[in-house]
Amino acid sequence: MTQLPETTTRKLGLVIDLDTCVGCHACVISCKGWNTENYGAPLSDTDPYGADPSGTFLNRVHSYEVTPETGPAQLVHFPKSCLHCDDAPCVTVCPTGASYKRADDGIVLVNESACIGCGLCAWACPYGAREMDPVEKVMKKCTLCVDRIYNENLPEVDRVPACVRTCPSGARHFGDFADPDSHVSRLSAERGGMDLMPEMGTRPVNKYLPPRPRDVGGDIDILAPFLTPVTDGPKGFLGWLDRALSTLPGGN
Amino acid sequence: MHPAPSVIWFTTLSGLGFGLLFWLGLGYPVVTGWAAFAFFTIGYLLAVGGLLASTFHLGHPERALRAFTQWHTSWLSREAWLAVSALVVMAVYGAGLVFFDNRINGLGWLGAAFSLGTVGTTSMIYAQLKTVPRWHHWSTPVMFMTTALAGGALLAGQSRFALSLLAIAGTALLGHWMAGDRQFGASGTTLNTATGLPGQVRSFAPPHTGSNYLLREFVYVVGRKHAGRLRMLALVLGFGVPILCLVLPFNHWLAAVAVLSHIAGIATGRWLFFAQAEHVVGLYYGKR
Repeated sequence: MTQLPETTTRKLGLVIDLDTCVGCHACVISCKGWNTENYGAPLSDTDPYGADPSGTFLNRVHSYEVTPETGPAQLVHFPKSCLHCDDAPCVTVCPTGASYKRADDGIVLVNESACIGCGLCAWACPYGAREMDPVEKVMKKCTLCVDRIYNENLPEVDRVPACVRTCPSGARHFGDFADPDSHVSRLSAERGGMDLMPEMGTRPVNKYLPPRPRDVGGDIDILAPFLTPVTDGPKGFLGWLDRALSTLPGGN
Repeated sequence: MHPAPSVIWFTTLSGLGFGLLFWLGLGYPVVTGWAAFAFFTIGYLLAVGGLLASTFHLGHPERALRAFTQWHTSWLSREAWLAVSALVVMAVYGAGLVFFDNRINGLGWLGAAFSLGTVGTTSMIYAQLKTVPRWHHWSTPVMFMTTALAGGALLAGQSRFALSLLAIAGTALLGHWMAGDRQFGASGTTLNTATGLPGQVRSFAPPHTGSNYLLREFVYVVGRKHAGRLRMLALVLGFGVPILCLVLPFNHWLAAVAVLSHIAGIATGRWLFFAQAEHVVGLYYGKR
């Protein structure tokens, strides 16, 4: 049903820490691995070892160079997947009801057996979170690993999305944003969790934590003033060579 | 946006076909028997041909019937309903004219309303998308509907209406371009809002070395450098030449030139409609 629920009992989603992400793409790989073998149609690769490889992914990591007004430029790695928006425009445009948002946990899913592959939901998503699989010809998107988080056959530690479980730097957190005391709600409140493209009115559930301010100022080594320079210039043979070469025409 | 030929032909031909059905429904011209048969056949070939073309871009056309279920939220579903309603009502109305020499006015008006409504819902599929600022503007439905009315009047041989409507539709297309050129800037969406990062943000490395679905579907930049010339061509072929043909003394060859030129011009305009439309997701890739 493409009518969005008024509210959802829980709001499951991710906090992504742009300060901690090291851009290793492990989340991309674990996502592709899990979601190719489990829920729904596999994520295809076309011409994987040929001249023009291309594939379907539910999670991708961009890298941006950010130049602040003062201070040096900074590299920010930026993982991007479905934000499971409260006002998901991809759901309401679907003509068949294949796209839906679950009223109990807020996860946005695609019923692949009802998808006609028109692509309109991907057009409506501002984040590029949906990709049409060229082999199965149905729309693929992040399921928040719905087949892991409720899966009692898995050890409890594994009942989180594959990207969260695999992240080596702890940059991804999974939880319930409807609960103000949850790990993700507190983290988002403490660190100023951001919405992407708030002007689109999608009200994303996933939050992004901005990079922490970098240290500013020049010399931060408190011992530096006590250290005298070891040498002002070369001595011995190199010193002689330096002086001799400087006397030659064209030297300085 | 990727200008898929199936969608360009769908909007061009269906728009023209439903435009013709609109005028036939209103009784311009009042035709019966074989003449009515010829007019309705042309209208149906264009409208249904366009609809069939649109199913070519579906991944699973065999599930197309499901598209009738979500009319409360989806403009695509509403389009499906209105298109089928228009075709069914106009078939009954047309059968009355062709076989029984009998014009049921109410049915004709209903069919005309459904026909114009179909074009309106098609345009809303594009105009509803905030993600494509160029389309997200009231000038999009105005452009689609005036074009269908003008093309329909031209095909129906209603020179009186066609002349003024072609001028109006040409102006609407021009207005849509001028408004559209400002829309992306006016939307306020930048790489800063897309990433939430302050300062000067530049795409340093894309997530993948090759291309992908997003870049193929949403970041189509080929041929934009010819946009100015193509716009001129669309205006001259779509509206200038047909207006000239209508002003000159009537001749069947001239009428055929007017219609063919109009179709070529509208198809060019629709190619531009997609090729020039920029999806905000391009920002993530440092592109537009």
